[in-house]
Amino acid sequence: MFLSISTTHHPATDLGFLLHKHPERVHETELPFGKAIVFYPQAEDTRCEAALVLDIDPIGLVRGKGRAEGLLDAYVNDRPYAASSFLSVAMGRALRTAMSGASRERQEIAETDIPLEVIVTPLPARGGVRLVHELFEPLGWFVETTPVEDGDALTGRTPNYVSLKLTGVARLQSLLNHLYVLIPVLDDDKHYWVGDDEVEKLLRRGEGWLDSHPARDLIVRRYLIHRRALARDALERLAPETRNEAQAPDARLTPEAAIEAPLRLNDQRLDSVAEALRASGARAIADLGCGEGKLLQRLVRERWVERLIGVDAAARDLEWASKRLKLDVAGAPPEGRVTLLHGGITYRDKRWEDVDAVALVEVIEHLDAERLPTLEKIVFGAARPKTVIVTTPNADYNVLFPNLAMGAFRHPDHRFEWTRAQFEGWANSVGLAHGYSVTFSGVGAQDAAHGAPTQMAVFAKVSTT
Amino acid sequence: MNLDIPDFALVVLIGASGSGKSTFAAKHFMPTEVISSDRARGWVSDDETDQSVSADAFELVRAVAEKRLKHRRLTVIDATNVRPADRKAWIDIARRWHALPVAVVIDPGISVCVARNQGRPDRPFGASVIQRMASEIRRGLRGLQREGFRQVWTLESEAQVDAAQVIRTPLWTDKREDAGPFDIIGDVHGCATELEVLLTKLGYEVIWGETLGERSVVVTPPEGRKAVFLGDLVDRGPNSPDCLRIAMSMVAAGSGYCVQGNHERKFGRWLEGRKVTIAHGLQQTIDQYELADRGFKETVKPFVEGLRSHLWLDGGRLAVAHAGLKAEMIGRGSGAVREFALYGETTGEIDQFGLPVRADWAANYRGETTVVYGHTPVPEAQWVNNTLCIDTGCVFGGKLTALRWPERELVDVPALEVWCEPTRPLVPVGDARTAQIEADKLLDMEDVSGRRWIDTTLRGRVVVAEENAAAALEVMSRFALPPQWLAYLPPTMSPCETSTLEGWLERPEEAFAYYRKHGVDTVVCEEKHMGSRAVIALCRNEGTARERFDAAAGETGAVWTRTGRSFFNSTDMTEALLSRLRTVVDAAGLWDELASDWLLLDAEIMPWSAKASALIDAQYAPVAAASRAGLSAASAALARAHARGVPSGDLAARFTERLDRAKLYARAWEPYVWPVSGVDDLRVAPFHLLASEAQVWFDKDHLWHMGIADRLAATGQSVVAPTRWKLLDLSDAEACTATANWWETLTGTGGEGMVVKPRDFIFRGPKGLIQPALKVRGRAYLRIIYGPEYDAPEHLARLRERGLTGKRNLALREFALGHEALRRFVAREPLRRVHECVFAVLAMESEPIDPRL
Repeated sequence: MFLSISTTHHPATDLGFLLHKHPERVHETELPFGKAIVFYPQAEDTRCEAALVLDIDPIGLVRGKGRAEGLLDAYVNDRPYAASSFLSVAMGRALRTAMSGASRERQEIAETDIPLEVIVTPLPARGGVRLVHELFEPLGWFVETTPVEDGDALTGRTPNYVSLKLTGVARLQSLLNHLYVLIPVLDDDKHYWVGDDEVEKLLRRGEGWLDSHPARDLIVRRYLIHRRALARDALERLAPETRNEAQAPDARLTPEAAIEAPLRLNDQRLDSVAEALRASGARAIADLGCGEGKLLQRLVRERWVERLIGVDAAARDLEWASKRLKLDVAGAPPEGRVTLLHGGITYRDKRWEDVDAVALVEVIEHLDAERLPTLEKIVFGAARPKTVIVTTPNADYNVLFPNLAMGAFRHPDHRFEWTRAQFEGWANSVGLAHGYSVTFSGVGAQDAAHGAPTQMAVFAKVSTT
Repeated sequence: MNLDIPDFALVVLIGASGSGKSTFAAKHFMPTEVISSDRARGWVSDDETDQSVSADAFELVRAVAEKRLKHRRLTVIDATNVRPADRKAWIDIARRWHALPVAVVIDPGISVCVARNQGRPDRPFGASVIQRMASEIRRGLRGLQREGFRQVWTLESEAQVDAAQVIRTPLWTDKREDAGPFDIIGDVHGCATELEVLLTKLGYEVIWGETLGERSVVVTPPEGRKAVFLGDLVDRGPNSPDCLRIAMSMVAAGSGYCVQGNHERKFGRWLEGRKVTIAHGLQQTIDQYELADRGFKETVKPFVEGLRSHLWLDGGRLAVAHAGLKAEMIGRGSGAVREFALYGETTGEIDQFGLPVRADWAANYRGETTVVYGHTPVPEAQWVNNTLCIDTGCVFGGKLTALRWPERELVDVPALEVWCEPTRPLVPVGDARTAQIEADKLLDMEDVSGRRWIDTTLRGRVVVAEENAAAALEVMSRFALPPQWLAYLPPTMSPCETSTLEGWLERPEEAFAYYRKHGVDTVVCEEKHMGSRAVIALCRNEGTARERFDAAAGETGAVWTRTGRSFFNSTDMTEALLSRLRTVVDAAGLWDELASDWLLLDAEIMPWSAKASALIDAQYAPVAAASRAGLSAASAALARAHARGVPSGDLAARFTERLDRAKLYARAWEPYVWPVSGVDDLRVAPFHLLASEAQVWFDKDHLWHMGIADRLAATGQSVVAPTRWKLLDLSDAEACTATANWWETLTGTGGEGMVVKPRDFIFRGPKGLIQPALKVRGRAYLRIIYGPEYDAPEHLARLRERGLTGKRNLALREFALGHEALRRFVAREPLRRVHECVFAVLAMESEPIDPRL
């Protein structure tokens, strides 16, 4: 990654005093991940340019790492080459004094606005080129971006890097702090563990400009890698009066939730399912595909529920569910009331088969249609609970979502989304085959033509005695 | 006195404190067989006499007893067991695990007990306590049988206790020492003529005669064979007495076994003079019985009453019972076992014909022991999960079927006529697919979860760690194809050892050296195509796909990746490719040659970008773009500094070199990328014909496999890409050099590399199985996965330190598992048995191993 700073302030070679680096020498600073090299491609009275090149060891970077991931991406990545938090750390080390605004020989220039020009390349512009402008322009910089084209790009998609050029008149210290904060913000990542001290760092580097920056919230969130507690802390300290606005959106928001968000559809869905379960008289309930346990959390406070079982194939979702339900802490629900099981719903599983009711909330659409008959056999054929509740998106309604492309699904993992006719056709034939009566309803605001956003089927076992 | 007890029983000692129970137990049983309540008290409280912890101590005793009984181990309960309530717990546990409860009462006399207790300072019981215990025991003696004890032994004096001997006898049902061979015969129901024809067909000689003026029969089996009757010899048919005569004479002669059927049970009760409902053909039997000789009448009653519920045969490999048996009941005895063996399991519901709906115990059967049974007439005998019902409804006009064991051959004779109209018509239910496919519709979490041991033919027992199995669950249950397709997942492949030549990470010489070292003379070197690995199940038509892979929606095959996902997102694409491949196989004439309507191919599908474009876009292309942009800016700036005389050493030169490598990186995948707009842009390079009907082709060498690949390519259809390959004699140094040069040319012109395999598909060196293949990848390809600058000398030095042991171990285990999956699949074993191997391969892949290897 490459950073260059030049000035035409006369004499321009005073830049060497400001950076505390002699223009006629190459300066190397050892860093934990490689070397920072500072040198001057040009050093004349009229113009002086200092360059900072990071020489990161690409092998050392991945050695001893990534074993647990088991993915190739841990080994080949753009980290040694793209501007990122590595560059911020390198600036903090190699240009420490300049960043503090001090200069032994030219303090008056350090405190003066001087003409500056900066090049950063390649700069990841996650969030698009517009964001680069939105971040630097309010700080008084004239921003030019050139996309970093891969001349040999064979798959048609240009990678998201730009070559950034800033021009303006400012104190060198301000420029360095802007870059220090905003480069990792644009990269939207950090190479190190982000803890409480990161808030201090941000407030120090952002002093005098961050609190009034129009993109303040985004900068804070991204700089603190979307850790909500830290972001809230930082924002409160930056602007105490905006406390209420500090409610950052859930960083773990699913794409589906983002599309459906204005409806608060998920809450309505959970309420409807809970109500249907209560009405069925169920006492022991299995939530198949429980994910992070939102339905379980909704149900665990109901007194009529005796036993809850959450089943999911994703172990990390179960960990979240366990945290959400506070299963491992003192004051947890009594033993046996809530059980989380790691299990796939295409496998029969005797551990939950004896429940009164099974909930499949927004689950079937995450299963390939060809696996559905297996799920039917497991739930309706083998377990045969008294009640089964299935919810799934109503594809008829999709045209009403402003953010959803025509024909697209609400979630990238959806294997299908059914119209009301399709869902009812499926549910009725399942009911017929296995001896269940089915009633249908919609969840969320009803549209006269397209129905409700979510459709729900309640299957009740027909008594055979 | 000889205490003749079953070798699998729950022995409950009953006796007052000081009666000598522990001494008796120690004398006659192994220490591990005896569970003592005193010892359990000691475990929980350090004081064997602390009565206040009795509840916890007994909980322990019960838990240990249950685990032992679960594993079919004789167990002795050493406690006073004075009151009926104390003993009831043991009866319940014995029933739960189908063990015979045996009571042994030890009563050497109150004075003896009192004297012994006085001699033991830790037993502060007064004489009155002992007195009370003893009298309570004596009061209960008479009721022990009624409490549920199947045997009661009472030792009433010191002398009797001392003289007692314990003799262990196998259960009546336990005939494991008899290895047969057997001919197991299904429900006969009075069809004596058909039975005689069947026996004759099986090689038995049936000679009727007269003994003491009464009808008699002598059946001479073929050398060493024995007949096993599955019960229901009687009722409905024309001649139940002759069927009984045959079975009785064979059992008496030791050339036959017979288990009881529900019809014998009922007939027996009628013989005893009990009141029974005369229905389901019993009337015919009674009528025929009334006409029979007196001698027959006298012997038939004890015969029918003495029939066993089931038999456990042939070293435990085989169990027979009239209506089947669950795995946890085999070789055990209880009322539940007898009921199940006679009647099977029903759901309690009644079907439209008024008959009980059978619970499908066979579909859930997971036992190692083969169970052969009858009771429920079926049109054809079909294996389901290692169980077989051979009641083919002879009396209803079907046929009489026998199973030859261990040959597993079915032999049948048609019914001479419909002797009895069936209540429920004897027609196949649903479509014509096999019962096993139906049973396979549901796989159980138990089939894949937890720590698993899989016995493989190639490498013995392979262990799958619980966490690895858990890691594979999400992929398998949410992303993979239905398990019915996934008969195989390819194993991982190890690279050759790291080259020591400067500038290289991998070279062919190391692969040659590996095989030479392990005693391989000849290897096959195959061009390694740079595409994506695919397993292709290709069926000749829809019907085959349906019958063999349970295809539900008209598919004619499937193509999947190393993780079991469908290779293509759209079924149309899959089918289009399959249809082209079918034409190729048609043209090569493989269907008839292999006598199979399906093939399983191991192949590479090109271009790489067809599958990997997202990976290229997300990972590799950004690295190329970023490295070039950053390094060219840096190297230009350094050049400017250098030009104006700043002393910068070799910095400028070094960054120019780095830039050069970055430029190479961007070109590295160029040969592997081309746009795919349809199936016509795809190329398939098959390199193994894995399996076809009844065959796993791992017994053919790689010349054969490449011969098939060549023939497929030679059909001239563009969908098949030819694979260049060479046979190499490892002792020929010149040839080795030539092959290494060939590899350099291949990889210098865009090839990924080559794969070196021993000529034999499966090669065992002196230390066992060796690597079935080693990959030797070219520099350009390695750059993609190791990064732009991997071959800079300072980097390469560190990259050389790569350990291959883990990878190689994994490769062998996965190879053995893949082979095992195929072996079981072609043997038409239950799907869970195939799936557990395939699942295990995926589970192994979650091992943390450097993915660049």
